[in-house]
Amino acid sequence: MSKVFTKKNILLFVVIAAIYALLFTLDGMGFFNRQTRALLVPICINIILAVSLNLIVGFLGELTLGHAGFMSVGAYTGCMFTIYADLPMAVEFPLAMLIGGVVAAVFGVIIGIPALRLRGDYLAIVTLAFGEIIRSILNNLSLVGGSGGLNGIPKYSNYAIAYVVMIVTIVVIANLVKSRHGRAICSIRDNVIASESMGIPVVYYKLLAFVVAAFFAGVAGVLYGHNLGILKPSTFDFNKSIEILVMVVMGGMGSIPGSIIAAFLITVLPELLRGLADYRMLIYAVVLIVMMLLNNNARFNEFKTHIFAKKARRQGAGLTEGGE
Amino acid sequence: MALLEVTNLGISFGGLRAVDDFSVSIEKGALYGLIGPNGAGKTTVFYMLTGVYQPTVGTFALDGENLTGKTPLEISHKGIARTFQNIRLFNKMTVLDNVKIGLHNHVKYNVLDGIMRLPAYFRDEQKLNEDAKRLLEVFDLYGEKDYLASNLPYGKQRKLEIARALATAPKLLLLDEPAAGMNPNETAELMDTIRFVRDEFDMTILLIEHDMKLVSGICEEITVLNFGQVLAQGKPAEVLSDPKVIVAYLGE
Repeated sequence: MSKVFTKKNILLFVVIAAIYALLFTLDGMGFFNRQTRALLVPICINIILAVSLNLIVGFLGELTLGHAGFMSVGAYTGCMFTIYADLPMAVEFPLAMLIGGVVAAVFGVIIGIPALRLRGDYLAIVTLAFGEIIRSILNNLSLVGGSGGLNGIPKYSNYAIAYVVMIVTIVVIANLVKSRHGRAICSIRDNVIASESMGIPVVYYKLLAFVVAAFFAGVAGVLYGHNLGILKPSTFDFNKSIEILVMVVMGGMGSIPGSIIAAFLITVLPELLRGLADYRMLIYAVVLIVMMLLNNNARFNEFKTHIFAKKARRQGAGLTEGGE
Repeated sequence: MALLEVTNLGISFGGLRAVDDFSVSIEKGALYGLIGPNGAGKTTVFYMLTGVYQPTVGTFALDGENLTGKTPLEISHKGIARTFQNIRLFNKMTVLDNVKIGLHNHVKYNVLDGIMRLPAYFRDEQKLNEDAKRLLEVFDLYGEKDYLASNLPYGKQRKLEIARALATAPKLLLLDEPAAGMNPNETAELMDTIRFVRDEFDMTILLIEHDMKLVSGICEEITVLNFGQVLAQGKPAEVLSDPKVIVAYLGE
């Protein structure tokens, strides 16, 4: 067990705790205004979404456009649970996240099955359709409020809970990727024919990636619902899926620290630029384009690897480093 | 009994009979060559033996067990490993991880062990690292273990592919044109490697090759295919001086 308490892990833990303590004291000192405070939970939620989508897009190498679908399935089931269950918050909320995650994971299997037969653009279209189907169903289902939205969700989410769930997500996915199962998932991305001839059960690992990613998207959805107190089907449209995908691509596919940074920036940037009113979306777009260009620049990547990891040639530039 | 027993194997694509009545029996520990002009059906035979194509007629058995109709995954688990004519490494993974993929089924820790980093994870990963190290050292690749596979020079990529295939602990190793794209020096080195693999790992090897020097240099027995049919079978010296074979390769 001594390997759990390595210097690196202890340092990582200290960093994680320090960031939390910093948030807490800053908040206690009244440093955050209402807008900034309202951003904390969405930042955590978006990081969960981006890191989980990265498992499919970056590590399994399949393009999906339905991540908002998984999120909405989890959000609605989790929120329905807290509305109807009459339990204390400390029991109810974790249970709601678990239930939301599990139901989303079931949908992960359902959408993962076509993923066994389809690749690339075709899979992207199928998952896109999946997200839209979910949204249309929610729009017309009076049980969950239809297009008017689901109201009266208790506002359980706060940044302490969101932060812990985010850390758990990052640790789980980073550990998964570095295990033999994660290696198998990466081998499918690199060469599926060779992977199969090496005795890797491709079907199982594709489904595993979809299930794990969908689970965490569902959990993020539950957090989201309990943060706003209301859920609307229109939130989970195509644009939301694209937004998550942009975070993954901008951070670099197959890089977990990259996803974290990109999710943070993409959540914060529109708010930071609010003062510039008219030019806000323009600057936002320019930043995205510049980031994409930089990500494809060999010299910038070298610089990045240099900063993030000592093992310079390793893939993904050191997956758990910078897991804050 | 022979390790690999192929009986009257044949496959048709529509009206085209790509391989017809192909029979061969390979003893354990043999170094067997499969040669023939372009389009003779050599690679198709490999595809059938690894389950990618299902043969239309005939059967093949490994160690007495009939493997006809099995999927590539099942056949890999039964002990046939292969390399590819156009190298298929896991390019964005390190050299070490490439070999560890080959070793994937040698340890059994489950997803939870991996995510929670339970003791089984550390125990099994250490075993994997040791096994991979041993294999990479044999092929003189351990110094490059942290390189991405795509950054290796060509000759070393070929070696890594062989190391990765051996990592699955196969009974039979299929090499698809291992010398393709190599210069004479690299080919000579490759011949040593193949011979070494056979002796060191007590491996049975079936290889497809165009390079006659390599084939006559290391194979103990060969089969010549032409237009999907077996043209000749036997010791390299006899087969290569067979007039039918010379005609097939050089024309009349």
